[in-house]
Amino acid sequence: MTFTITFDGRPIPCRDGWTIGAALTASGVVAWRTTRAAGRPRGLFCGIGVCFDCLVVVNGQPSVRACLAAAHPGDTVETQHGTGRDDLAR
Amino acid sequence: MGVDVVVIGAGIVGAACAYHATRAGLTVCVIDRGPLAGGTTGAGEGNILVSDKEPGPELDLALLSHRVWRELAEIPGFRERAELEPKGGLVVADTEEALRALDERRAGVLAELVPADALRDREPHLAPGFAGGCFFPQDLQVQPMVATALLLRLAREAGATVLTGEAVTGLTRAGDRVTGVRTARREVAAGAVLNCAGTWAGEVAALAGVRLPVAPRRGFVLVTEPLPRVVRHKVYLADYVADVASDSAALQASPVVEGTPAGTVLIGATRERVGFDRAWSPAAIRALAAGAIRLFPFLAEVLALRAYRGFRPYCPDHLPVIGPDPRAPGLWHACGHEGAGIGLSAGTGHLLAQALRGDPTDLPLYPFRPERFEAVAA
Repeated sequence: MTFTITFDGRPIPCRDGWTIGAALTASGVVAWRTTRAAGRPRGLFCGIGVCFDCLVVVNGQPSVRACLAAAHPGDTVETQHGTGRDDLAR
Repeated sequence: MGVDVVVIGAGIVGAACAYHATRAGLTVCVIDRGPLAGGTTGAGEGNILVSDKEPGPELDLALLSHRVWRELAEIPGFRERAELEPKGGLVVADTEEALRALDERRAGVLAELVPADALRDREPHLAPGFAGGCFFPQDLQVQPMVATALLLRLAREAGATVLTGEAVTGLTRAGDRVTGVRTARREVAAGAVLNCAGTWAGEVAALAGVRLPVAPRRGFVLVTEPLPRVVRHKVYLADYVADVASDSAALQASPVVEGTPAGTVLIGATRERVGFDRAWSPAAIRALAAGAIRLFPFLAEVLALRAYRGFRPYCPDHLPVIGPDPRAPGLWHACGHEGAGIGLSAGTGHLLAQALRGDPTDLPLYPFRPERFEAVAA
């Protein structure tokens, strides 16, 4: 089955069994997070759930590991800036 | 090869002893069977606390250590690189009775009572409903692995040798006297052999045929995803002090929550005596999470990335072992600091360097003498 998720509002084609990281990479997206201190781009690094480099916001939940999270139809994926938890700093 | 002091153990205590000994003009060789900070230290949390110490020898050592850490912070680059933070500790009490007990603990340290309605000025995300608290501005935090590496680098720059991945397999003797150590690769002759082997210090003592009842007390720490600086101090429930002082072998968990410069929030602290069992304990980790949420309800929505556990070197009387061992002349100890070794390492190294040189020590070593357990057994 093929379906669509969105990344920062743009449609990303996806297949059953793909992770969010796989779907983004297949669409040519290689960075979906910025680092906390220097704001540098990050995407997949280890690809197996160990390094926590590929964190992304999925359906409003920050710090989801894109390499492990299965994609589901209609998932809303957004770039994560820093911790993704600026709401807590208020 | 021969030196004044062989230090067994490249953890924070061994590093502090090596640093202070080289500064005192002694020649030093540090030997560890593993990497730097690979045993007791690397599984620690980095607390430098005065707020949880009972008045007496341990508080005296904590206050001395606080002074030495502040001196280390003056070394260019040390404070920033070791993440040495004067963050202060906020201890909260959930009952009026616990608050009164907290008030009595203020002897000898800087402390400031915080009424219930002012707690959230200190920690805006703290749960409501606590009876009050006490703020201890002298509580510090450090990144223990980095601090160990920096102290050993300073010791090396002052001439010390550091050998890692090399286990001490035996001690050389001349009659009763310990004259050095033996590894698979070499013998190192030494005027003093200093046992800084953390939770495994009893095994090193056994090489000299002396008993040192250092036992493992297992503790878990839970690590959250990186967050903005939402937890400002080290925050813990007043019950923590009673847990530290307890002699029970059963699982104890009282929440200790602190933010770090890296953004992760560290959640301690469990204590249980289960030998060197490295198995994960869902009960312990569940207790940590529940306790932390009780202090900071927002943590219920935060992800825990991982947990780690370590074995705190526990002595039956909760005091460390610091000083020469009269049962095996030439053998010295600096071990058994339980869950306070990161903080107490600084004062321990300072005192031992004084004693190794034969100088008067800033604190009496008598309460920490290694042979004290013999009397208990008799």
